[in-house]
Amino acid sequence: MSTLKVNKPRQKTSLASRFSLSTFAWFLGLLFFFPVFWTLLISFRQEVDAGTFPPKWIAPFTLENYEKVFKVGAKSFLLNSAIASIGSTIVILALAFPAAYALSIKPIKKSKDVLSFFLSTKFLPPIAALLPIYLILKELQLLDNIFALTVFYVAMNLPLAVWLLRSFLKEIPRELVEAAELDGASTIKILYRVLVPISMPGIAATSLICFIFTWNEFLLAINVTGFGAATAPVYLVGFVTAEGLFFAQLSAVSIVVSLPVIIAGWAAQDKLVSGLSLGAVK
Amino acid sequence: MKNRKRLVAVSTVVIASLAFTALTVPAKAASEINVLMVGNPQMKDLQTLTAENFTKDSGIKVNFTILPENELRDKVTLDVSTGAGQYDVVTIGMYEVANWAGTGKIKSLDSLVAADPSWNKADIFPSMINGLSGTDKKLYAAPFYGESSMLMYRKDLAKKAGVTIPLRPTWAQVAAAAAKMNDKKNGIAGICLRGLPGWGEQFAPLTTVVNTYGGTWFTKDWQAQVNSKPFVDAVSFYVDLVKKYGQPAPTQAGFTECVNGMAQGKIAMWYDATSATASIEKVGFSKHVGQFGYAYAPVVKTKQSGWLWAWAFAIAGASKKESDAWKFMSWATSSKYENLVGEKLGWAAAPDGKRASIYANAEYKKTAAAYSDVVLGSLKAANPLNPGVQPRPTSGIQFVAVPEFADLGTAVSQEVAKAMTGKQTVKQALDKGQKLAEKVAAKYKK
Repeated sequence: MSTLKVNKPRQKTSLASRFSLSTFAWFLGLLFFFPVFWTLLISFRQEVDAGTFPPKWIAPFTLENYEKVFKVGAKSFLLNSAIASIGSTIVILALAFPAAYALSIKPIKKSKDVLSFFLSTKFLPPIAALLPIYLILKELQLLDNIFALTVFYVAMNLPLAVWLLRSFLKEIPRELVEAAELDGASTIKILYRVLVPISMPGIAATSLICFIFTWNEFLLAINVTGFGAATAPVYLVGFVTAEGLFFAQLSAVSIVVSLPVIIAGWAAQDKLVSGLSLGAVK
Repeated sequence: MKNRKRLVAVSTVVIASLAFTALTVPAKAASEINVLMVGNPQMKDLQTLTAENFTKDSGIKVNFTILPENELRDKVTLDVSTGAGQYDVVTIGMYEVANWAGTGKIKSLDSLVAADPSWNKADIFPSMINGLSGTDKKLYAAPFYGESSMLMYRKDLAKKAGVTIPLRPTWAQVAAAAAKMNDKKNGIAGICLRGLPGWGEQFAPLTTVVNTYGGTWFTKDWQAQVNSKPFVDAVSFYVDLVKKYGQPAPTQAGFTECVNGMAQGKIAMWYDATSATASIEKVGFSKHVGQFGYAYAPVVKTKQSGWLWAWAFAIAGASKKESDAWKFMSWATSSKYENLVGEKLGWAAAPDGKRASIYANAEYKKTAAAYSDVVLGSLKAANPLNPGVQPRPTSGIQFVAVPEFADLGTAVSQEVAKAMTGKQTVKQALDKGQKLAEKVAAKYKK
């Protein structure tokens, strides 16, 4: 009797290939981080030392760029960005989570059509909608209003959040929901007592993505806000000048404006990684 | 557990910071105006000096929004065209004044100026007043700073190369000097000329070269002239000069790249705005303060060829705070403000180029000795009504004062940029430009 030989896949990769992979991963990581590092370095230089070619690693240290950033009033811009980003993310989660439930765990009729409809709102380039939005806000006397801007950010990111949360919720075993139903839990209780705790990685990933998209949004912010509701990207771009040097100052303000996003990412990093991996499996 | 604690800690810090920020946002002043400004250094200085001076004296709080030039133009156009009234004061240039005067988009300043003798209209250069007035002869904007164009060069490099730059050079002399001063070994380009596409970038200096070569965009009766011989000769000269002795990557070089090159010592000569002195002569910005020489804009067939531009403040048509807006404009464009900047930030930073009085100020003259005569002479000589060798359909030296020119100039500059990189010839570029110009001309031909 002949025996069938099956080649088993190699369980362990060789030390050399692991080393090469690690080196490559580190190289890529450092490559992506380098512009941030260089921006940080430039932000502590005088303008005259910021634009040297070839670039210099060492130059006199100064804090004057950061002094200028705060001297001309960054507070109101950062506050507006925080209101718009945190506010819109909270509203998006409150709306998107039940919607994702209705499209994944207990799919409603024509759920695929609904999903396509959600996605179709992203087909239109934002610039094409800009003038109508501007005129509507003008007629409603809501130009330069941070709450009106927040509403638009909710509308802009809601479809993305629904799609993301749906893909996370689809990973959850149906049996969990059925068990809760057998115990007499209402839909609301199932949502917030059962599904929310399990979906925290997905919620964290979705929140962070919505937060970052809102924090960095520029087109709408620059056109429908004035002084009162202008957000951090509008403040940042004000440091670009056609007449004069601005690299060092722009670097300083870029670091200041990026800090909240970096802090948010750091706070949510564990959940973010598991959340994004969950979505990636799907 | 550890993560949760970290999350709570970070959330607490963020919420506490927001609460602190919200509580420390100052209470609203009795009167406020919103001002939209371009982010040039002189405007940044104005922003930092306003609260402690103007607001302190007048009680009027000024809320500034500062944007780069392109974004500013879009935003101002949107605001005044729709009558949104988000801003009381907007920053515009002579091009916008020529297009918007008398349309209701911006208000006439005549009655406000007449009621405010302290503003001293007579002190402002007539070329500025004319450039910021409409065809109805009414003044529509108050100049904050004015500029012409001139040739800036490194005196030490010229001496080393055995070159003497005349006070009133011709373009042929400049080309010969660029050839001698070009020092590839040490990474120094002979000349920097803007190649970055854009009507306000590449075509600002280039149109002055076209003018002095005897070319024009349009004749008086709206015949497009973009592929005419003088226009082609001028652009060919400009492109050849940049390709042979110009800065690296010429199509990526605008004002910013050239000023940086001059400040870093990588460029021997530069033809550009007179306002560049505020950067290249500023300690902390430039490595070669005091080493620059200045000459009038180079010429070929005309006696002078410097451009004329002013960044100016106008009151938006929809503003309801006309009186407060003018009080701010009057202060910011006054000689009193020029003196304030001179004393607090140094005379090199003063927003000059608009008032004759500053050129008689001993302190200013001491700082600006190297360039003030050339700047003053250029501003006085600039003639927007007759900038070349033939009559023009509109006013304007480095632009044609019709709304379509911004798109036309930008489109043709993109074609010229292709010629700079060798993708096509100058003639091919300008033949394409001619077709675009003919479409614009068709709208205005009677």
